[in-house]
Amino acid sequence: MTDMHIDHKVLSDLREVMEDGYLQLVQTFLDDSERRLGQLHAAKSAEELGSAAHSFKGSSSNMGAVALASLCQQLEERARRPPLYGIEDLINRIDLEFVEVQRFYRDEQQRISAG
Amino acid sequence: MPAEQALTVLVAEDGAADRMLLAQIVRRQGHQVFTAENGEQAVALFIERRPQLVLLDALMPVMDGFEAARQIKALAGEALVPIIFLTSLNEEEGLVRCLEAGGDDFMAKPYSAVILGAKIRAMDRLRRLQATVLEQRDQITRHHHHLLNEQRVAKAVFDKVAHSGCLAAPNIRYLQSPYALFNGDLMLAAFAPSGDMRVLLGDFTGHGLPAAVGAMPLAEVFYGMTAKGYGIAQVLREMNAKLKRILPVDMFCCALLLNLSMQRGSVEVWNGGMPDGYRLAVDGQVLSVLSSRHLPLGILDAERFDDSTEVLPLAPGERLLLLSDGVLDTADDQERLFGVQRLRQVLADNRDPARLFDEVMQALERFGGRPRDDISLCDIRMFSAEERVPAPIIYSDSGRSSPLDWSLGFEVRGESLKRFNPVPYLVQLLQEIHGLRTQTGNLHSVLSELYSNALEHGVLGLDSQLKRDVQGFADYYQERARRLGVLTDGYVRIDFKVEPHADGGRLMIEVRDSGAGFDVQRVLSRPSLEQGLSGRGLNLVRRLASSAHWRDGGRCAHVEFVW
Repeated sequence: MTDMHIDHKVLSDLREVMEDGYLQLVQTFLDDSERRLGQLHAAKSAEELGSAAHSFKGSSSNMGAVALASLCQQLEERARRPPLYGIEDLINRIDLEFVEVQRFYRDEQQRISAG
Repeated sequence: MPAEQALTVLVAEDGAADRMLLAQIVRRQGHQVFTAENGEQAVALFIERRPQLVLLDALMPVMDGFEAARQIKALAGEALVPIIFLTSLNEEEGLVRCLEAGGDDFMAKPYSAVILGAKIRAMDRLRRLQATVLEQRDQITRHHHHLLNEQRVAKAVFDKVAHSGCLAAPNIRYLQSPYALFNGDLMLAAFAPSGDMRVLLGDFTGHGLPAAVGAMPLAEVFYGMTAKGYGIAQVLREMNAKLKRILPVDMFCCALLLNLSMQRGSVEVWNGGMPDGYRLAVDGQVLSVLSSRHLPLGILDAERFDDSTEVLPLAPGERLLLLSDGVLDTADDQERLFGVQRLRQVLADNRDPARLFDEVMQALERFGGRPRDDISLCDIRMFSAEERVPAPIIYSDSGRSSPLDWSLGFEVRGESLKRFNPVPYLVQLLQEIHGLRTQTGNLHSVLSELYSNALEHGVLGLDSQLKRDVQGFADYYQERARRLGVLTDGYVRIDFKVEPHADGGRLMIEVRDSGAGFDVQRVLSRPSLEQGLSGRGLNLVRRLASSAHWRDGGRCAHVEFVW
């Protein structure tokens, strides 16, 4: 599963760069992402939707969540070209992909805390 | 990373995880990091901490990165504070907006520590370059102000020396840039005690302060020796020796020195390296050219220096036009020079000599297309007896110690006659007599006349009749130089006797020479008109002194001043 959802080169760079701050970064990312997802669902205009997708794309790519970033980019592009028919489907796929990323990073947290 | 490359970096990014990651990347590279969550915070932090580099997310709430970049660039002023935009904007339009808002570079997500490190170093190089440029610019500005100030001070000091002369005399018209001193141009004028007017136009090699350095000693020699009544040959020798001694080898001073003698109706000229001057008739016609016949001052040592001058007749109303090379070197827009030909044309076209000065200036302005501020031009009109300005004489003592009962004998012999002129020393000595001071000019004229008569007509046996025309003038002075050169014996003796007389006193002067004498009756009875350029001396002496007569067949002149 990991290869499809997470770029391990990015991940190892992150661990190296963040040193002791790695766990805190993971937690911050997970909290931040919940908020971004909330924004996606609550968006009242194409503009709001695009803006939230853009930010989520940036942070996902920084965390090596390549599939999530790719879905966010598709959403950002769709949001720029209304009408938004079938956009819910894309948002659902982002929800599902985030669940995978979340599971991966929670495992990371447990693994490191235990280790 | 070495400490000297550590920067203060502002990171503005609204995503908490991205912000944390970016701050950590930058911190790990040795820099100090401030973080902001939006544009407004970024601008406030910039004002507070003045970071050296800014990483700015383009899309942020409250105030976006574009507006923050504009404000930060405005706050930074002239200093370069590089802004790297953090963006995952892909469209060209977004990237262009980043640059137009003042961004210097981009950084795409996901962040690469290696690329970001390289970008920060590149931006730091630019930042330092800009800082160096600004620092050097400010330094140049400071130096420039400093230089101008020094020039102001130097000029103020110099003006006190240079303007003690008589450039403002009504027969002189001149143009000189206020900062000509720093172009190396020098213009001096002063009256000698005899009432002769001395003018010097000089041009030092080089520009700026070095060119001005030599001007001060030159002016001091000029004024000091002129005031004491030294002849121009002696003044030239002293100026040359002084400049030779103090100036570096590659510096010298082109100079044109002249002595206008109203009493003799002549001008004595020495030109070393200056452009031709012009001697002009009353109607403006060019009578002769005062060409350079010598090397400039400050080149030759004393033994090789040539102080020989030309003496030319100059009647009241006739004029001299002197100029610096700036006149001839005035260039037009095609870099052609004004040159001698065009100047001669202006002289030839002139109908009213009083307008010549303006016509030269207008011709230069027409030719060069703009007024020049680096030329010196001087127009001197021979004055007549009526308008002669008396030389202002400044006494440094109170006159209380004035001696009134003494005598002195003074004899100049053989070799000493060639170079030494005792008149200035004797006039200085007579200055001690307070009652005579108002007559210093007359005393100087009479002594000069008697001494040169004794030397030229007595010891050297020259006939004053030679000087009846311009050619005769030249021949006379050539012959004078030749005979002086081969002179081995002969003498001129001067005796003074001073005694109290009524409420004042009396000075008796005897000037005796080793020559053959002359027919006093015949010379004195000649009508003054017929005397022309020659023989004015005796009448001048009789007019200026209280009494004058000649004894021993013209070999001894006896003159009295009573006060």
